[in-house]
Amino acid sequence: MYELIGVTKQYRRGQQRVDALAGVDLTLAQGDRLVIQGPTGGGKSTLLQMLGGLDRPTSGKVLLDGIDLAALSERRLTAVRGQNIGFVFQSFNLIPTLTAQENVETALVPLGGRPAERRDRAAEALESVGLGERRGHLPSELSGGQQQRVAIARALVKRPKVLLADEPTGNLDESMRDEIVELLEGLWQEHGLTFVMVTHDSAIARRAPRLATIRKGRITIKENRAAAGENRSASPDPVDA
Amino acid sequence: MFFTYLRRELRRRRKAALVVASGLALGIALVIVVNSVSSGMNQAQGKVLESLYGLGTDLTVTKAQERPEDGAAPQRPRFEFKGKEEGEEQSSDRLMVQGFQTLADSTVATVGRQPGVDRAVGGLSLVNLKINGEFARGKIQRAQPQPAQPGTGNGGTGNGGSGGGSGPGDTVTGGGAAFDVDSFTLYGTDVTAPDLGPLTTSTVSQGRTFKTTETDAKVAVVDSAYAQKQGLALGDELTVKGVKFEVIGIATADRGQAAAQVYLPLKQAQTLSASAAEITTIYVKATDSTRIDAVKTAIQKNVTGTTVTTSADLAQTVSGSLDTASDLASDVGKWLSYAVLLAAVLVAGLLTSSAVTRRVREFGTLKALGWTSGRVTRQVVGEALVNGVIGGALGIAVGLAGAYAVTAASPTLTAELGSSGGAFGGGRGGMIFGGGPAGTAAGKTVDIALSAPVSVTTVGLAVLLALGGGLVAGAFGAWRASRLRPADALRRVE
Repeated sequence: MYELIGVTKQYRRGQQRVDALAGVDLTLAQGDRLVIQGPTGGGKSTLLQMLGGLDRPTSGKVLLDGIDLAALSERRLTAVRGQNIGFVFQSFNLIPTLTAQENVETALVPLGGRPAERRDRAAEALESVGLGERRGHLPSELSGGQQQRVAIARALVKRPKVLLADEPTGNLDESMRDEIVELLEGLWQEHGLTFVMVTHDSAIARRAPRLATIRKGRITIKENRAAAGENRSASPDPVDA
Repeated sequence: MFFTYLRRELRRRRKAALVVASGLALGIALVIVVNSVSSGMNQAQGKVLESLYGLGTDLTVTKAQERPEDGAAPQRPRFEFKGKEEGEEQSSDRLMVQGFQTLADSTVATVGRQPGVDRAVGGLSLVNLKINGEFARGKIQRAQPQPAQPGTGNGGTGNGGSGGGSGPGDTVTGGGAAFDVDSFTLYGTDVTAPDLGPLTTSTVSQGRTFKTTETDAKVAVVDSAYAQKQGLALGDELTVKGVKFEVIGIATADRGQAAAQVYLPLKQAQTLSASAAEITTIYVKATDSTRIDAVKTAIQKNVTGTTVTTSADLAQTVSGSLDTASDLASDVGKWLSYAVLLAAVLVAGLLTSSAVTRRVREFGTLKALGWTSGRVTRQVVGEALVNGVIGGALGIAVGLAGAYAVTAASPTLTAELGSSGGAFGGGRGGMIFGGGPAGTAAGKTVDIALSAPVSVTTVGLAVLLALGGGLVAGAFGAWRASRLRPADALRRVE
């Protein structure tokens, strides 16, 4: 599915050069679930952006189903994102003027199709995250957990191959966090997605079959056999981090 | 989704949308008012010129008076009176061509043959000066006779005698002259062409105008103001140089002063003024208003020694409040309105651009979801365009109201023609406009009520400016939105 070969990303911050990614190699198969942890500024979000085609590496290759995302034109890259990749952000990133249903529909706009069809699919996606009753509400009328559910519905409504979540529980309280994590895991199981999530939360990390840690742009990966063995158990064993 | 998103965004940012729309509305309203007032000025100038030229006249052809040679006295009217008995009335009148040199009436045909000339009609502008009155003899008062000195008498009666003139010491008392001077302007009109020439600036309010067959009839049409002054009515007789004319019509000038006070058939005017086969002015109608300059050039080239004046030339001689207002409308007003519009577009652009900056995360998210730069740009431009349309609609409404207010108020403007710098009457080498006699026309003042007609073109221009303003404003934001990279957008706000 994914293959990252020698991916580097350098930024300039004033006179200083920052190596956000320093030669990352990573392979993910279809249906894999990876949690990425690491200190702030270590390169977690940068890696996620490389996987999502939101940014291009300074060097190296990001292959998705054999296609190098780094070599695609902006238009093609946008199309790949629109068709194959779903995003969930820490701050939900919902359009404040659109209702829950309309926010979900925005993910279907790049795919074309008839408005009625878009409406039906968006309503279905909201039902699947338990917000069928709230689809006419604006984001400001929803709780944080509900807003994140809308964002998850938006990410999944187009039935992507990949779901990328950047600190999806970062702005939620503990009870809401568990609710969202369970929802994401359930959807991952249900849809057979490749699921990559960045988190600071060790409790969430322990539930993942694979855990990647990024420090100073370098990645190390550990397998969590217990979590993998339980095959997406609701009560994961702690990972040896 | 495009319209839903657009509608919701405009509703959310209605204050900013209102500021942008109001700015554009102000600029557009100013453009409409200034354009319509400017158009009203042009119409007013047209009316002023029409009051001189007559309806349908595009050019006039005249011949300027020559300046007298150095040392030579200018030609002046001369009146002669014979000695008559005391108290007997004496009268003398002169009918003179004024302000122009005459042209042979064959020139009319020559002008008529020039390319681009539809019709040409000749006329004769005259002024009649009539002096009427009597002389009274003075009385001689004899001085008292001196007593004779003794020893010096010659006998007889000395040098006296009652009838033999005044002697030393006699004084003359009383006597003198009382004369009235009456002058009026007279225009010899070609009765075969009633729809061209200065008589078309007046409406016959009583009686009738000339028949086309009355080429040499002793009939006259009199200006209403002159008729009132002279107590003339329909059917009365008007005497010009001893010839009686029947008043067949009373004409009232459509605006301002009439081109002449008395209108006679051209042939009669020529006979009375001893200007047989002569005219002073040729009124020319061009086949096409766009060819007026070409016609002028052709006449100047082929009919030498003449002065050809177009309405555009004449418009340059209009002064007074109409001219000042016209200058204000065309210069200050237009620049001001376009400056306001430009400022409004810039402000709209900056506000749109600033709105894009505030919505970086929103657009970054949409791009992450697969929205192309083009789609995001269209959304931004669409919003700005709707602001432009709202601003345009508001601006057109305010502009129409402003133009209506100007028309309703109808401020009176005064146009002075030819009074500036002695431009007329040959002062500028024969730059004499063609309406009536130069004496009447020079320094003519016409009051015109200003209106502000709004043309479809003006409204069309306003719509274009509104859409253009919206597009330009949208372009500011669109440029920013299109350059937005989703990773940067999300990084900046996460």
